[in-house]
Amino acid sequence: MSAPTDLTATQQIAAVRAGEMTSAELVDAHLARCEDDRWNSYLALNADAARARAREIDAMADKPPLAGVPIAVKDALVTRDLVTTSGSRMLEGFRPLYTATCVARLEEAGAIVVGKTNMDEFAMGSSTENSAYGPTLNPWDTGRVPGGSSGGSASAVAARQAPWSLGSDTGGSIRQPAALCGIVGMKPTYGAVSRYGLIAFASSLDQVGPFARTVADAALLLSYIEGRDPMDSTCVGLREPVCVPTATDLSGVRIGVVEELMGEGTDDGVRAAVREALDRAEHLGATLVPVELPNSRHGLSTYYILAPAECSANLARFDGIRYGHSSADTDNLTEHYERTRAEGFGAEVKRRIMLGTFALASGYYDAYYGQAQRVRTRIAEDFDRAFESVDLIASPTSPSVAFPLASRTDDPMHMYLSDTCTIPISLAGLPSVSIPCGLDAGMPVGLQLSGPAFSENRLFDAAHALEAAIGFDTAPPALEAAA
Amino acid sequence: MSARAYEAVIGIEIHAQLLTNTKMFCGCALSFGDEPNVHTCPVCLAHPGALPVTNAEAVRLAIIAGHALGCEIPERSTFHRKNYFYPDLPKAYQISQFDEPICGPGRFRYLTEGGEKELGITRAHLEEDAAKLIHVGGDGRRAGAEQSIVDFNRGGTPLLEIVTEPELSDAADAAAFLRQLRLTLVQLGITDGNMEQGSMRADANISIRPAGSTGLGTKTELKNMNSFTFIERGIQAEIARQTAILEAGGTITQETLHYDPVTGEIHSLRSKEEAHDYRYFPEPDLVSVAPDRAWVEELRASLPESPVDRRRRWVADSGLSFEDAEVLAETRELGDYFERVAAVAPAKSAANWVRGELRAQLRERGQEPWESNVTPAALGEIIAMAEAREVSMPNAKAVLAELIANGGDPRAIVEAKGLGAISDEGELEALVDRLIADNPAQVQQLRDGKDKVIGFFVGQAMKATQGRADPGRVGELLRERVRE
Ligand SMILES: [Zn+2]
Repeated sequence: MSAPTDLTATQQIAAVRAGEMTSAELVDAHLARCEDDRWNSYLALNADAARARAREIDAMADKPPLAGVPIAVKDALVTRDLVTTSGSRMLEGFRPLYTATCVARLEEAGAIVVGKTNMDEFAMGSSTENSAYGPTLNPWDTGRVPGGSSGGSASAVAARQAPWSLGSDTGGSIRQPAALCGIVGMKPTYGAVSRYGLIAFASSLDQVGPFARTVADAALLLSYIEGRDPMDSTCVGLREPVCVPTATDLSGVRIGVVEELMGEGTDDGVRAAVREALDRAEHLGATLVPVELPNSRHGLSTYYILAPAECSANLARFDGIRYGHSSADTDNLTEHYERTRAEGFGAEVKRRIMLGTFALASGYYDAYYGQAQRVRTRIAEDFDRAFESVDLIASPTSPSVAFPLASRTDDPMHMYLSDTCTIPISLAGLPSVSIPCGLDAGMPVGLQLSGPAFSENRLFDAAHALEAAIGFDTAPPALEAAA
Repeated sequence: MSARAYEAVIGIEIHAQLLTNTKMFCGCALSFGDEPNVHTCPVCLAHPGALPVTNAEAVRLAIIAGHALGCEIPERSTFHRKNYFYPDLPKAYQISQFDEPICGPGRFRYLTEGGEKELGITRAHLEEDAAKLIHVGGDGRRAGAEQSIVDFNRGGTPLLEIVTEPELSDAADAAAFLRQLRLTLVQLGITDGNMEQGSMRADANISIRPAGSTGLGTKTELKNMNSFTFIERGIQAEIARQTAILEAGGTITQETLHYDPVTGEIHSLRSKEEAHDYRYFPEPDLVSVAPDRAWVEELRASLPESPVDRRRRWVADSGLSFEDAEVLAETRELGDYFERVAAVAPAKSAANWVRGELRAQLRERGQEPWESNVTPAALGEIIAMAEAREVSMPNAKAVLAELIANGGDPRAIVEAKGLGAISDEGELEALVDRLIADNPAQVQQLRDGKDKVIGFFVGQAMKATQGRADPGRVGELLRERVRE
């Protein structure tokens, strides 16, 4: 039998249920890998509580559905009494009063949180280099970034420090790191999963979603976190329960290919791997149809007005009055605000707060925020039109594979371009999954499949069929070499 | 130029705390006077990740208020964030409404001694209140305080902000409008309207312009006045201040002002230059409010008669005075009580008795009429007996006192206590004759034209009969006899 940490979550659950393994063994095995955290995947471990809970579950005759299987949780999700920082100095040592709805649901179902994962500060970034606690390294090549902002959740799953994890996606923060780390990452339809307890970056875009090493695990995880929540009125849940996918072919499925995202700006190796995956889709019975999303080219600029505008308000609560970093010995209120925020926030967060404050300022509102809202509607309409003639839309997840550390930190525009394939879908609020589809110079390439709102089951089925056909090995060779 | 050459243009903004059980966007209880910071949660303390959820009861109350203000209720209403930093605002934005308020334009009619008037309502919108800052040390004001502490119990209290059109020109009208608006909202259970505790607050926007012109002068905002009298005086003082400035050739500065009711002076709080850019934008954490139309209509149809309409009806149909109607409309219960008395007794007498004798007698017991032993039917009976002269007025009052103390049936009390008026003319005549014989000096005074002395005889007659004599008839008989 392979090491417990190599098993998928589904296999781990089955092993515990069959009495072949205990939750305590699983938790210990994963914690051992977490404690030796070469990739800086974790910001905090929950070792004692996790072990205690595992013993509790092992003692139960009637085990909860998730049977005490470990999970890693992005540090943007609050966990009661377990330090939650959102990757920021501002929340160093902060112990939340409550647990996010999605995490509470998983814990209730018998999942065990082993730790909180590293991330770009307040989820702002595409490389996890904006974390106040140092960058996360890519398990495929520790000289490269894991993507971001949920880089820690992606690297933890790729490095077998957890079988699955939760991330959050605002403009690509689940899909892009999943692609860069060679695993599955899924952003649900906006409103499918409660945001209660997700430390807000851009409220109208943020969605919590799963990372896993298989599509089936991702679907299983989503089935436990989706659903209405009285604490989040924007959360409506999915319209039908998530089915763990079983499809083996794609007959009758019309896949729209976004040619704009297959040309200039996308690396040749990425394009080649995605083309090959699309060929396999055709072999499985899918029809490929070119689609146009003419307004998607405005996605990046639209996103970089709306998201900063929302974040400028969302992050205003960090004022050093009630919790979090508070500057010492200031003389007056204004100075207290200024110093607290100057000390507590990193450069990228400050940049976006400034951008957003400007975009909302009286006299500029209509030209920036107002215009961006109108373009957002156009982008969504493009997708509506496309889905009249196709079932799914395919594109690369990221225009390039994982880039070397520090290669884009001085060039925000270049960094922002990492999310060019994922942002339009976020603006339209659609469900989207990234699956690994091949390698470019030894680094994983992600294929992004997106569908109409609430088409999660269709997406999972297609991704599952393709996953089997592609047969990607999610084990990073570097990991084997190191082991 | 004389002061009369200017006219004032006044608009009012009212903040009313809604009588919900819980806060606007979280489940914390609303309370007044509890230990600081006991009614708090991650939402109203703006902890990371917490989200607001709209209080459905606040929406219901706002729609009822909208109907009472004659407002349109739009199909869709949205929330906005109003951004500014202050320690009493934990999110550093207030969730309020901007271009899509819960209540659209309306008109509110109110009564003045000069007749009925109408004021345009621009809008009414929902928002959350800030927390309470307590300044410690110094003299308790912000400036000079050693420290400021925050009580978040009040933070997140649902508020309805009502904005009127700038259509008022008179401070007394502004006060009359506000009194009747308050009464309407209080009687509908929308707010407790307690101005001293700040559950209702009013600001006035004031400008003046040459009488007869249509342009608008520079306006100032008079903030947070907590009584109708202060509002009236404050507006008057501000109109006088602006008039004096213009007459001296000066210009009005747009600023926010405070009226000090003790000194009668007006102070500047901040000028326009210091005004915030609130950077309003749609609140992405809340879905829009789209109330079911049938339900909105149902709320409108089930609206009880407003105190203003009641007063109008009492004056027009029942012949009550402006003042009687005003007093009786003060609470829904008192108005209802009066109406039940008036159903069995003449309305004007009913008004007099309810307003006067009944409340006076109940005052020492700290009771309200509708809580007392005196049923409206029983009071109506007493009034009917008094009007028919079956009991004298003093004895009618005595019957009322007995009812208040022990309850019962007025007629039975009159019987049992022998309080019925003397209906035998012969008995009264004999009494008057005896009084004349016993008091020659007073009889002489009466003969000399000193009519006041009749009171003496009436008093003697009442004393002799334990109040059963009809004082009017005693006077008449006395005059007849003495003249003879
Ligand atoms: Zn609360």
